[in-house]
Amino acid sequence: MTPGAGSITRPSLAGLTRSAQFWPVAVLLLLLATNGILNPNFFALSWREGHLYGAPVDILNRAAPLMAVALGMTVVIATRGIDISVGAVVAIAAAVAAALIGGKLSIVEGQQTYETLTSMPIALVAALGVAALCGLFNGVLVATVGIQPIIATLILMVAGRGIAQLVTGGQIITIYYKPYFFIGSGYLLGLPFSLWLVGGLLALMAWLKHRTALGLFIQASGGNPAAARLAGINARGLLLAVYAFCGFTAGLAGLMISSNVKSADGNNAGQLLELDAILAVTLGGTSLLGGRFSLRGSVLGALIIQTLTTSIYSLGVPPEINLVVKAVVVFAVCLVQSPEARAWLFRRRTIA
Amino acid sequence: MRPSIVNDVRSVSTSPVLEMHGIDKSFVGVHALQDARLRLWPGEVHAVMGQNGAGKSTLIKVLTGVHPADAGTMHLAGKAIRPDSPKAAQALGIATVYQEVNLCPNLSVAENILAGRMPRRWGWIDWRAVRRLATESLERLQIDIDPDRLLGEYPIAVQQMVAIARAVGMDARILILDEPTSSLDEVETGRLFALMRRLKERGVAILFITHFLDQTYATADRITVMRNGRVVGEHLTQDLPKLELVSLMVGRAVAASDLVTTRRATAARPLMQARGLGRRASVEPLDLELRKGEVLGLAGLLGSGRTETARLLFGADRADTGEITLEGALLRLHSPRDALRAGLAFCPEERKTDGIVAELSVRENIVLALQARRGVFRHLAPREQRALALRYIEALGVKTADPEMPIGQLSGGNQQKAIIARWLATQPRLLILDEPTRGIDVAAKQEIMDRVLALCGEGLAILFISSELEEVLHTSHRVAVLRDRRKVAELPAEELDEARVLRIIAGHDDPVEELAA
Repeated sequence: MTPGAGSITRPSLAGLTRSAQFWPVAVLLLLLATNGILNPNFFALSWREGHLYGAPVDILNRAAPLMAVALGMTVVIATRGIDISVGAVVAIAAAVAAALIGGKLSIVEGQQTYETLTSMPIALVAALGVAALCGLFNGVLVATVGIQPIIATLILMVAGRGIAQLVTGGQIITIYYKPYFFIGSGYLLGLPFSLWLVGGLLALMAWLKHRTALGLFIQASGGNPAAARLAGINARGLLLAVYAFCGFTAGLAGLMISSNVKSADGNNAGQLLELDAILAVTLGGTSLLGGRFSLRGSVLGALIIQTLTTSIYSLGVPPEINLVVKAVVVFAVCLVQSPEARAWLFRRRTIA
Repeated sequence: MRPSIVNDVRSVSTSPVLEMHGIDKSFVGVHALQDARLRLWPGEVHAVMGQNGAGKSTLIKVLTGVHPADAGTMHLAGKAIRPDSPKAAQALGIATVYQEVNLCPNLSVAENILAGRMPRRWGWIDWRAVRRLATESLERLQIDIDPDRLLGEYPIAVQQMVAIARAVGMDARILILDEPTSSLDEVETGRLFALMRRLKERGVAILFITHFLDQTYATADRITVMRNGRVVGEHLTQDLPKLELVSLMVGRAVAASDLVTTRRATAARPLMQARGLGRRASVEPLDLELRKGEVLGLAGLLGSGRTETARLLFGADRADTGEITLEGALLRLHSPRDALRAGLAFCPEERKTDGIVAELSVRENIVLALQARRGVFRHLAPREQRALALRYIEALGVKTADPEMPIGQLSGGNQQKAIIARWLATQPRLLILDEPTRGIDVAAKQEIMDRVLALCGEGLAILFISSELEEVLHTSHRVAVLRDRRKVAELPAEELDEARVLRIIAGHDDPVEELAA
């Protein structure tokens, strides 16, 4: 992505396996191939009513909220932090958007018309703003008060569900406003609109990482906070920005999810999403110890998780054991990606 | 002054306890050791000398089983050994204490000494036995500390002795000390040497790695010299003059004058003044003046407040008294950011923890401070970054195959050069160097100082801190001496010699008139 900054890699297999994204890509391809073998129609794409249809598109579309959250989580993890409140923030953003839009269906002169309580742009800005404020609150706890990130964000993880339920009045708010559904289930140029949102997010973050000094500053403060401070980097400002941004991406995911299911459930929206996001980031090759981070890796990680979830359902794994199957596959994927585990397996084989 | 523990050579027993022969070791693309050899006799201190990258560390790692050798033989007390892990080496009686203390400061001294081999009774840890065994091993080495207190409550020097007590354990035959003195002051070093003497008397063979020539001559009975992965000689210390040793290490003849840099007084104009600058429980209020084109040396024992003073001047710690003026204007320092903006630069003492960002590339490490001053949006384009990095890599002689290599993979001396490059890239007006040559071999040390002094000639002001008095005296125009967190003297370097500074530090010589001036 940065011209002139990439290291020289020879096109050998060994060089290829050392590249940061080799194992995530390999795992994803393996999962897709398994699907392709077990379900010959898996890769069948069709063009209907100007939309692209098919299982891969479906996976991409369903993975969109997770990709957004994982991208925000990536920069938080890069600063040696973690944000376990993102699931709750998803619920808050969804609740705010749903409460502001609400909407009702009325028949005017024989036509179905939708009315909103608040105009949609204001509702969207408010939902994203509240989500970013939630992130900023985490940032203040971490950067200014100095609470450990996992504890700091645990506060909002618990309290956030309560806030979301206060906003929705303890009910599941159903949204009756058609334009809002476009975010989570609309199509633009044949592709799901949520993919365009995630693509835009990824492009924005890649630009910030490579075309501004943010990438360097985040990786330096994550890699060695003391050294970064002495080099003149404003760690506090950086942390506030990073946590606020993570909140913002969770808000975006909240919009996609509530738009897709046409309702906001303070209790269940984004449930356990924080764990999938952390998993996506680690599968993508970003270390939980902070420092170097990979945006592409996190997107791949999110796709791996969603592909796995979709495959489990579509292959008809009995629902009572599908979580176990998922856990086993995730465990195997982690092993494959660990250089130590590969070295161990390899050594065992040569001895035997 | 320095304690000497060199044996009368005749008393050394005749058959070596350890013999390494024809050791070869390659890493991807690098032949780290070629036909290396080493002999150790019981009850001797054996120094391995060599520049960074000479293969000392690799040799140690082969011996301790971290990197098993590709070829060669090792015999311990006549029996062939081939340790393939540090644990295996330990079981053979080969104990190692590394430069950085690898203990847990949050556990008690006794727990640290016995961690991993706690005595048990019916499956439970027998705490009474833990206490007894720890006390015994401390007493054996005459280390007078409370085994029940947390290790972290003791200074680094004591922690190091605990590490030795742990390593020596019950029955180590060989003790490897990898740069044990690099964070110790003179008094603590003396205590460590005394400890080494007691171990010698018990017949332990000590392999001593250090960059300090004086310490080698004060302790070692025998010296093995390495260069470029090969052993270039094994000598009795008494048969190897210092100058010859250095020549062997660098591989060329060295003139006595090469080892010193002489700089003398200038009529420099003041750049920065600190008046009554102090911080509670850190440094008593002191006055300092930094002048353009001049090196001010800070001398004093470890813990005398040298680093603390540097941190106050850079805003790394907040001063609670006093003020700083920069070219007459008041300078408020709330953080290193403010100092950076004012044109100050600070190479911290702890390169690993405060200097480098190990996983980032040499290029990223070099541009870090300059980019921090420019801010987030005035981004240096990749091409500019690369050009800048290459320029400083060449100017400072950083040895790296590629500016994109993670800086953590470079040797200590090259990391240090890269950190100095980081600060020179900001074109500072004042450069604070806190122990810039620590843990660096003689040649690199000289190179670093030469380049920094050349910049000083162009008007850069330098604050130079070093534990090596000789270095401070030869490099500085003026020297301020600190004792117990207080400035006790400031003198032109030509009025000082090592003995006088030591007297001032010891409080036997109070140059009051200079202080009043």
